Amino acid sequence: MRQALALLLPLTLALVACQREERDTRPQSALGSGEQPTPVTTLEPGGQRPSPTDNKAASFEANAFHMSEGKRLFSWFNCSGCHANGGGGMGPALMDEKWLYGSSIESIHATIRDGRPNGMPSFGQKIPDDQIWELSAYVRALGGNAPSSAAPQRNDGMMVHPSENRLPDAATLGKSP
Amino acid sequence: MKGRLHPAQARVDARQGARALAIWNSFRTCILSVMLLACGPFLSGASEPPSAAAIAPPAAAAPPDDGQWTMPAKNYASTRFSDLTEINEGNVKNLQVAFTFSTGVNKGQEAAPLVVGNIMYIVTPFPNIVYALDLSRPGAPMKWKYEPNPEPAAQGVACCDVVNRGAAFADGRIFFNTLDGHTIALDANTGKPIWNAHIGNINIGETITMAPLVVKGKVLVGNSGGEMGVRGWVKALDAGDGHIVWTAYGTGPDKDVLIGPDFKPHYDMDKGTDLGVTTWPPEAWKIGGGNMWGWISYDPALNLIFHGTGNPGPWNPDLRPGDNKWTSGIFARDPDTGAAKWFYQWSPHDLHDYDGINEQILLDMTWQGKPRKVLVRPERNGYLYILDRTTGEVLSATAYGPVNSSKGVDLKTGRLIANPDKKTGTGKVVRDICPTASGLKDWQPSAFSPRTGLLYIPHNNLCMDEEGVEVNYIAGTPYVGMNVRMIPGPGGNRGAFTAWDVAAAKPAWVLKENFPVWSGTVVTAGDVVFYGTMEGWFKAVSARTGDLLWQFKTSSGIIGQPITYRGPDGHQYVAILSGVGGWAGAIVSGDLDPRDATAALGFVNAMKDLKNATTAGGTLYVFRLP
Repeated sequence: MRQALALLLPLTLALVACQREERDTRPQSALGSGEQPTPVTTLEPGGQRPSPTDNKAASFEANAFHMSEGKRLFSWFNCSGCHANGGGGMGPALMDEKWLYGSSIESIHATIRDGRPNGMPSFGQKIPDDQIWELSAYVRALGGNAPSSAAPQRNDGMMVHPSENRLPDAATLGKSP
Repeated sequence: MKGRLHPAQARVDARQGARALAIWNSFRTCILSVMLLACGPFLSGASEPPSAAAIAPPAAAAPPDDGQWTMPAKNYASTRFSDLTEINEGNVKNLQVAFTFSTGVNKGQEAAPLVVGNIMYIVTPFPNIVYALDLSRPGAPMKWKYEPNPEPAAQGVACCDVVNRGAAFADGRIFFNTLDGHTIALDANTGKPIWNAHIGNINIGETITMAPLVVKGKVLVGNSGGEMGVRGWVKALDAGDGHIVWTAYGTGPDKDVLIGPDFKPHYDMDKGTDLGVTTWPPEAWKIGGGNMWGWISYDPALNLIFHGTGNPGPWNPDLRPGDNKWTSGIFARDPDTGAAKWFYQWSPHDLHDYDGINEQILLDMTWQGKPRKVLVRPERNGYLYILDRTTGEVLSATAYGPVNSSKGVDLKTGRLIANPDKKTGTGKVVRDICPTASGLKDWQPSAFSPRTGLLYIPHNNLCMDEEGVEVNYIAGTPYVGMNVRMIPGPGGNRGAFTAWDVAAAKPAWVLKENFPVWSGTVVTAGDVVFYGTMEGWFKAVSARTGDLLWQFKTSSGIIGQPITYRGPDGHQYVAILSGVGGWAGAIVSGDLDPRDATAALGFVNAMKDLKNATTAGGTLYVFRLP
């Protein structure tokens, strides 16, 4: 009995440590949820208010599966054509700590869905909503804003920059690289 | 051995030959100068007539200098040569600032200012503001400005910074293009718009960055968008009211390309029916590029315009087997109808984004004992071509810097001999390809002096790694399919300023620059050449020897086109726009992140330190003697 218990204890501990990342295998909708407004500024007359959150945000943010899907879609939808592999080109860099329209996953989602006036196209009618969330999660990872245990690892092909899970958090660098 | 020079060999030759040629050039200048009683220290008994005297632009395309600057290339022959001599090798060291002017736009300033009468005109990068400055009053105050208010979204489909390469003046009007696809005619006196033609569609990724050329009452304009799967075209707009007279596409069936019975290409590879369709996978020509965003020259005597065509899209060559006509080539056309007369393809089935849109300098010279009407083209693929401009025959093609992506040009077939070791494709990383996608030379125009017989070429010295990847065509988004990272070329200097002896087909001298020389250049009868560096130095060097005579540090990196003119006071001035950007300077003007080697289509990897060397700007500098 004691022996059995001695075996059971580490086994239980091991199983608890092995908690599987949750993945929603049945996405809710193909197109457009998230119609709630996402402010692009922190300024609001009458004092600060908490920024609204989307109920989808938490399930996509920092989720390894969704981020790796986002990485694949990042080239499939030609995001890489303008933003390169995060360093930017026709569009701004996404690896740095500068966010023109907000760094939260909700803001990034809104940017991809609705576009922005200085050149960012609106993809809302082209990309299913859940895939926009996956792209948004990946874009945050490009800036070093995702846990390194979940962010994508190195590419198979040409090494274009340090893999996402090794990128430092851009916000903590404190200066332009 | 009229063929290629081995790149490394060419560089050694350049160094070793520089001194001898310098002396020789001194003699030549001496002979000319004797007539002007101003020979000075170089008068040492030269007697041979200068061989270069045989080379000069056709008179009809390069009329005597009137001291103005009415088109970016100075004249239809595109020599960028000024007859003015007040500023010369002896006194250029005394140049000082006459006045400056902020354009108010901190993006890449690639435009050439224009000077017509007492007024200077400048056009800025997006939002494409046109300023008229009154040169007859102290400090050159603003006479008028015109804001076209282009669509801000256009910035998102401009491949390589939101540049504009200048305006053109004709018949009392200023013609210019906006990034969002408009060509606009302004009254040069008042700045009031006369017509506004919307000819480009940003929703398919089309922009316009080139400077128009006005020929026989027609405004010639081409589109940009070779990185967005945009089908290239050149349009002739009526200078009077802006209506479209003709449109010639860069791909597609013959009737769209304006290929008809007059079309007589010199080489067999360019003969056939509807090659613009049959040299592509089905339908690919519709999104195949071949854009015209560079320079056009015009020979009034032959009644021909000459213009190149841009790269095929996407960059990944596996996705478009075939020669991809009529991309990466050059057309001669009748300016009245647009009808093609001949075509030559610099880079059939282009592997490395070698756009064919660089400047062509029209010259008349003796070639192997016979007078020939030629066209000189320092091409992006690394060769300096001399073509017979009446037929499109290649007389010579010589590498003017390090080239390993090809092994020369077969003068019998006219075909570029691609190096199979440097062929790119899907899922394959190919390293150390020279030159880069930006070419041994990109858009930055060269200048030719009939006094020295030298072509002054501002250019790059870069190599690259490439990895072809799959890409989907989504209209209005990039269509490239290539990961690129660029590195400095042999020697480590990323730029060079080469004086090329056109008659001898070899460099006379080469100046190394740390960054790519992304500015244009101008050469004068005072034997001074001006160009700028991406650190911000505006330099004057001797046209004969390349010796640095004077330099001035401007507020930002220079990628603009210098000009020189005679002011209302009768004195000579030199003008340049300072303001870094363009593809090479996008890391600064677009604030890109150098940790990504592929940023700005790979250019950022070679320019990681530019942010430490300069900052964005946009200022006009004008210089004169005290």
